[in-house]
Amino acid sequence: MELPTQTFRVTRADLVRYAGASGDFNPIHWSDRVATAVGLPGVIAHGMFTMALVGRAVTGWAGAPDAVVDYNVRFTRPVVVPDTDEGTEITVSAVVKEVTEDGLTRLDITATCQGEKVLSQARATVRAAR
Amino acid sequence: MSLDPSFVGRSYPPTAPYQVGREKIREFATAIGATDAAHHDPAAARALGHPDVVAPPTFPQVLTMAATAQIVEDPALGVDYRRVVHGDQRFAYTRPVVAGDELVCVSTIDEVTTRGGHGFLTTRTEVATVAGEPVVTVWSKIVVRGEA
Repeated sequence: MELPTQTFRVTRADLVRYAGASGDFNPIHWSDRVATAVGLPGVIAHGMFTMALVGRAVTGWAGAPDAVVDYNVRFTRPVVVPDTDEGTEITVSAVVKEVTEDGLTRLDITATCQGEKVLSQARATVRAAR
Repeated sequence: MSLDPSFVGRSYPPTAPYQVGREKIREFATAIGATDAAHHDPAAARALGHPDVVAPPTFPQVLTMAATAQIVEDPALGVDYRRVVHGDQRFAYTRPVVAGDELVCVSTIDEVTTRGGHGFLTTRTEVATVAGEPVVTVWSKIVVRGEA
């Protein structure tokens, strides 16, 4: 079963706010000068910010903010965030792979940005909403 | 970047207890746009059976990133942080993190490999309450890119 696609807009302001909230102040997430100096095309989103947005999609599908029992991703491609009002957009979809007898649902997740996959082996296990 | 495989299995001392605050959970939830009432309103969280507001699934990064810093910054292991990129991340929950939790992290090196000139380091952090109740296990794999 395919779950409804969700999209998340990401701007530089979001990255600054996430840096503060998470404590990850790596300058590649806010300085073009530093990002390009280490070979990136520009400022990129924190991988953990992308994982958090995909986590929102998962809890949204599950219908409960506390439903996640296991969640893993592999970061395969950076999410480049231009310094524009629009920023960029991450699109998240998933298929239900399995529903176990004890009420757990396993999801295979796809996350793309500008048409390219930014995660692989992204999976979540959620329990049914109470 | 070659990392010393003899570090596999090494554990690091427990971190000082981290007090999970209601406002920190609200701040983190707001930063990721998570508007569910259970992240913000204690009454909504209690309706789901939790003692206080519930943290979003990736919130433990706030604790575990600091906990694994002692490994990444261990001069004996010799990771060049400027060459680090995030590879994999996993959270396996016993229960969600909630405001009021006092959490201790114990980190262990699960994997050290070198392939194609790149170093791969997987850390596992067991997050438990100060009373010893397990809450979440967090795995993080970093890639230390080789010199070009």
